[in-house]
Amino acid sequence: MAISLLLDIATELTPDRVILGRRDDGVTTTRLARLAAAGAATLAQQQAATLVFIGINGPAFPVVLFAGALAGVPVSPLNYRLATDALVSLIDRLDKPLIVADDVYAEPLRRRCRMVISTDEWLQMCVDSSPAEPAAVGDEDPAVLLFTSGTTSQPKLVVLRHQHLQAYVLGTVEPGTAHPNDAALVSVPPYHVAGVGTVLTNLLAGRRLLYLPNFTPHGWLSLVREESVTFAMVVPTMLSRIVDALGAGEATLPSIRTIAYGGARMPQPVLERALSLMPDVDFVNAYGLTETSSTIAVLGPEDHRNALASSDPAVRERLGSAGRFVPGVEAQIRTPGPGGAILPSGQKGELWVRGDQIAGEYAGLGSALDAEGWFPTKDLARIDDVGYLFIDGRSDDLIIKGGENIAPAEIEDVLLCHPDVAEVAVVGLPDQEWGERLTAVVVPTADSNPDVDELRAWVRDRLRSAKTPDTITFRSELPLTDTGKLLRRELVAELDVARQGAT
Amino acid sequence: MELRAGVRLRSQVSSTEAIVIRAPAGEVDITCGGHPMVAAAETPADGLMIDAADVGTALLGKRYSDQAGAIEVLVTKPGPGSLAVDSVVLEVKNVKPLPSSD
Repeated sequence: MAISLLLDIATELTPDRVILGRRDDGVTTTRLARLAAAGAATLAQQQAATLVFIGINGPAFPVVLFAGALAGVPVSPLNYRLATDALVSLIDRLDKPLIVADDVYAEPLRRRCRMVISTDEWLQMCVDSSPAEPAAVGDEDPAVLLFTSGTTSQPKLVVLRHQHLQAYVLGTVEPGTAHPNDAALVSVPPYHVAGVGTVLTNLLAGRRLLYLPNFTPHGWLSLVREESVTFAMVVPTMLSRIVDALGAGEATLPSIRTIAYGGARMPQPVLERALSLMPDVDFVNAYGLTETSSTIAVLGPEDHRNALASSDPAVRERLGSAGRFVPGVEAQIRTPGPGGAILPSGQKGELWVRGDQIAGEYAGLGSALDAEGWFPTKDLARIDDVGYLFIDGRSDDLIIKGGENIAPAEIEDVLLCHPDVAEVAVVGLPDQEWGERLTAVVVPTADSNPDVDELRAWVRDRLRSAKTPDTITFRSELPLTDTGKLLRRELVAELDVARQGAT
Repeated sequence: MELRAGVRLRSQVSSTEAIVIRAPAGEVDITCGGHPMVAAAETPADGLMIDAADVGTALLGKRYSDQAGAIEVLVTKPGPGSLAVDSVVLEVKNVKPLPSSD
């Protein structure tokens, strides 16, 4: 069964509901199904083997996603902010692509690639063409191809098959249960796994999707008010800016009931401010990877409230946890490295997961699952004795100083609690004596002038001297992806250049 | 009848309609209210009555499956009458409702 089954179900349960766009002039479920079926006909005519989408988020993307599913052609949304050369190098890795791109991105690609059409042309073709009969699409056929963001290495192409996305969506969503007035505001781009997941889960629930292509806190708040948005998914950097705008006196948000966040680490001070500024809003932390078909663990609204209200440190710290695993996903913590032993609850190690939604496959590299179907997330984590998952960053990011493994996340979390620190990254730089030295790069809060010795003492008092940064430098911003992930590789390279330039 | 994912079915004895999510290969004897379900486009046979002993109903938006999970259908229009395969009643598949996360 293909993910287009989700569209079939939604067409049965909520046929006339506006499911995409604004209340007044949006697209109904039935209309979406027709556009997608016509798009599938176009794909068959062009004999495309991959459907590439290079554009901002908006109603065109769900049409692309389901057209591909109906035609049995995998869809590959690419990061539209990449330079043309970088886009072409990714496109070269895809089989016979038909490229649908927003005008501004389509123009430079036309000179370099075959079969490029603009998003507007594509939508017009979907309006004008006759719907195709759905192709025979199997569970095991690829549905979505996503390049990883490449924060630690070259981008890998993750293969998500229909069975993985179906398992995720049908395992976590009750079809047709959204209230007719519900609306979800999407601020994540189509090339992010959450941008794919949000189309599938909200459609199946019957919840209208609204898009904010270029996030600004003011734009987000305006759209929430104008369209009575009830649900929104944001990455931590967005929530931080929304909280700043709310704190600076922007009016309240009467319609919004749930804010989900994920995609990168959430600084605790930001979350605590968000909870206190929006006490009636349900907060949901979603943890997942591209390779796991989006969310595999959820920290729900009650978890947030219980943690915030608790004086028990074990409960309180759950505010910083990724929650508990969704149904159908199992987890193990293992000693890092090949053949690692399974560790008991509470101990830190590498997180391995298993379940029907876990794809764990890369084009050209094959499956990363072990013989028993376990996938190594490469995230450092522990799971407490009642099942709450705590993520400690990527194992690739571990700093090895004097033979000791140090997770930068722990130090970053402590520094973020200092009032003068807005953002921080801790990385390891080569050191003759210690192997690596701990280097903290701090973005100070507005109007603050933090002192290096004070910050070092702040860490030493809360952790210990081995985890105290050897060097602290200040910058006005950190290199982040559009979805708020730190580009550690880039930061280390910049610091390395600066260091060598200084000596 | 032979089923595959995406096939739409209707009851011959009530308003119930369903869409197939998962089905085994080959002939499947799926019934509602004691009578075979038919393709949604077909006209029900005349004069069929719901099995008097059948007090079940099919609930909107719910998924029904057998013990082994070999067959699964989702009810798109509710109505009286149990859904059954080979005379074994299908049970509602409970989804633990999760807060929306994306």
